[in-house]
Amino acid sequence: MDSQTVHTPHPHIVPIPVYVGVFLALVVGTIVTWQVALIDLGRLNVVVALTIAVTKATLVVLFFMHVKYSTKLTKLVVLAGIFWLLILLTITESDLLTRTWMGVPGR
Amino acid sequence: MWVFLLTEIMFFGGMFMAYLAYRQIYPESFAAASSKLNVTLGMCNTLVLIGSSLTMALAVRCAAAGSGKKLIVLFLILTLLLGGAFLGIKAKEYYDKWIHHEVPGANFHPDEWPADVDMSHASLYFALYFGMTGLHASHMIVGVGLLTFLIIRASRGAYTPAWHTPVEMVGLYWHFVDIVWIFLFPLLYLIDPHFGK
Repeated sequence: MDSQTVHTPHPHIVPIPVYVGVFLALVVGTIVTWQVALIDLGRLNVVVALTIAVTKATLVVLFFMHVKYSTKLTKLVVLAGIFWLLILLTITESDLLTRTWMGVPGR
Repeated sequence: MWVFLLTEIMFFGGMFMAYLAYRQIYPESFAAASSKLNVTLGMCNTLVLIGSSLTMALAVRCAAAGSGKKLIVLFLILTLLLGGAFLGIKAKEYYDKWIHHEVPGANFHPDEWPADVDMSHASLYFALYFGMTGLHASHMIVGVGLLTFLIIRASRGAYTPAWHTPVEMVGLYWHFVDIVWIFLFPLLYLIDPHFGK
């Protein structure tokens, strides 16, 4: 990150209302997560909870962690991290979800 | 710093994957075990941690904008206090689990357990609960140590708009730990709580 301060002599100063706005959005997201969990939506409960969580995480990454104002290299590194996590999740799931499809030994 | 955070994503990612796999296999046990957690305390902790992320972001902003060392130190101390509050609430939750025999091991027998749900799989849930929140809490403890270091250095005026890299780096770390909790809270505390209603 040192190189970045060299390349950008005037680091982007985010106005305070932006931080407060993000904070309030995170608080609202937390309360909505809690309230929605009390309603029975069947399998959709997990989907809603994770959608809110991903939205909250995105807000934190973009504004609190300044990725929105960072260099393309930083953005690429962040995306690579998310991509790597998705590889872990999808490939493991592709095994777990399809194991029972065929009655083969070892499942 | 970002590369370090990527290794952390993989570190926590593995545990999330283990959680996901076992929740798919034993959904009823996981829902029943999850209802043993204190959602109110979990909610409080989520809000406390979000608040600490705000104060951390403001500390980084003050350092970058050159708002003076007093403001940097103030926001860092607020972050430290909120982090301490989180760990205090977490300790209270762990204590409750301990006295209610909800810690996996020889004495694992939760009270009022529904007869039709397998208890041994709930033990798995609590093992994952303690593993994931424990790993998260240990990151918080490291964060508290880093903040203490920053507060001492900042009070000596070490950080200026031209050079405040440590504040920025600890900020990234702190926000990352916050993000982990953003996922842990709905996944661990809120597994189908409407079942019990």
